Amino acid sequence: MEQRAGSAVAEPRARAAELCDAALAGDRRALARLLTAVENRSAVAEPALRTLYPRAGGAHVVGITGPPGAGKSTLVAALIGELRSAGRSVAVVAVDPSSPITGGALLGDRVRMQAYADDDGVFIRSMAARGHAGGLASTTGAATAVLDAVGFDLVLVETVGTGQSEVEVAAAADTTVVLEAPEMGDEVQAIKAGLLEVADLVVVNKGDKPGAQRTAAQLRAMLVATGGPAVGASRGDRPRPKRPEVLVTTAATGEGVPELIAALERHRTTLTDAGRENARLARAEAQVWAIVADRLRDRLHEATLRDDTQRTLAEVAAHRLDPYAAADTLLASLAVDDEPDATNRDCT
Amino acid sequence: MPDRPIKVLIAKPGLDGHDRGAKVLARGLRDEGFEVVYTGLRQTPEMIATAALQEDVDVVGLSILSGAHMTLLPRITKLLKERGLEDILVTAGGIIPDDDVPALTQVGVARVFGPGTTIAEVAEYLRANARPRD
Repeated sequence: MEQRAGSAVAEPRARAAELCDAALAGDRRALARLLTAVENRSAVAEPALRTLYPRAGGAHVVGITGPPGAGKSTLVAALIGELRSAGRSVAVVAVDPSSPITGGALLGDRVRMQAYADDDGVFIRSMAARGHAGGLASTTGAATAVLDAVGFDLVLVETVGTGQSEVEVAAAADTTVVLEAPEMGDEVQAIKAGLLEVADLVVVNKGDKPGAQRTAAQLRAMLVATGGPAVGASRGDRPRPKRPEVLVTTAATGEGVPELIAALERHRTTLTDAGRENARLARAEAQVWAIVADRLRDRLHEATLRDDTQRTLAEVAAHRLDPYAAADTLLASLAVDDEPDATNRDCT
Repeated sequence: MPDRPIKVLIAKPGLDGHDRGAKVLARGLRDEGFEVVYTGLRQTPEMIATAALQEDVDVVGLSILSGAHMTLLPRITKLLKERGLEDILVTAGGIIPDDDVPALTQVGVARVFGPGTTIAEVAEYLRANARPRD
């Protein structure tokens, strides 16, 4: 879709190899270009990701989510400062929403992170969600893999301001931090399903505001007392909610940030092999399924099948065919199309 | 989406605190379908060049009302060139006397938008002149 006439796209594979070599050697401009390719799903993206994916997996990927204005960007800036003084390199992917009307976006997360301009150990990239719901862009996972592969110690993924159920970041990160502001709700909010359930760590930010400690105490009472494998460890393999640690920070002053970093580290090291394996399998499944779905869709719109696909969709639109039967029909048409001398693809 | 959005960095170099114009433009370009990275007040030339590189923007828009444009803008275009970013379209706006424009053009500022410029004019110029991308 992105293929245009032009010198740079002439040989996507060669261009990808060139960018990957440069990015792996520390060239930040090449890294930025790779991220653009991934974001735009250009022809360079797939060969580049094929090269880089096997090199990823070394970084600690930390997701940071929470409602708008809770202090996610300020906390990320504070984390960068603290991590840099410990000598660790940090990449940030900060996602902001795209306009559902114009497709435009205002990416404002960098405002809080600009102090690290001359530090080669910090790389910050803003991403527009581009119509993807769930708190991330559809390509955020791939962008994270690129930053992981080029060797950053940590990759911080900041979601769009989230509400109650944008839980996608949990599948993209090793450790998920859910940020709350003081006085955002009572204990009933804390026991609703959704965002808080995917938290490995819950952070009440703006700790200098009245009510911060009480909010933390309420969250602790509700989340720690009721969740977690320790309560019902013998209940077979039914999924159990997590028991997140609850911390208080004041990101603007840095208070509580060293403790948060210690908690992140604890989460990473105490994550059992089985827990880590499950999280990584879930991430792999999400990634691979997304690609499978993309490829199926592409195949169904290829020249040989496009007319059949359109006809089937029109049948559903007219309520002459139900969507399940349509899906079976389309899948069958793929299978038939794969056989070289298939003649009969007429199914209605 | 017919095409990928053009990505613009709106930055305020120098020490003046007048960011209303930059914010209005950032918001306006958002409404025109651009992806706009806004970095806030008091940006050094280094901060701006780093942001342009990491964000891989197509356009850098510099808003300056302090009178320091003859010092700061050439430093920014020089840093962009040093980092291999000479294909980025650099534009400026704010309070910049007409007499200074030729010198700024000389150092690589493609266009200076004065007071009274409409958002639509800026958007149209950027669409016509931003680098084609892979």
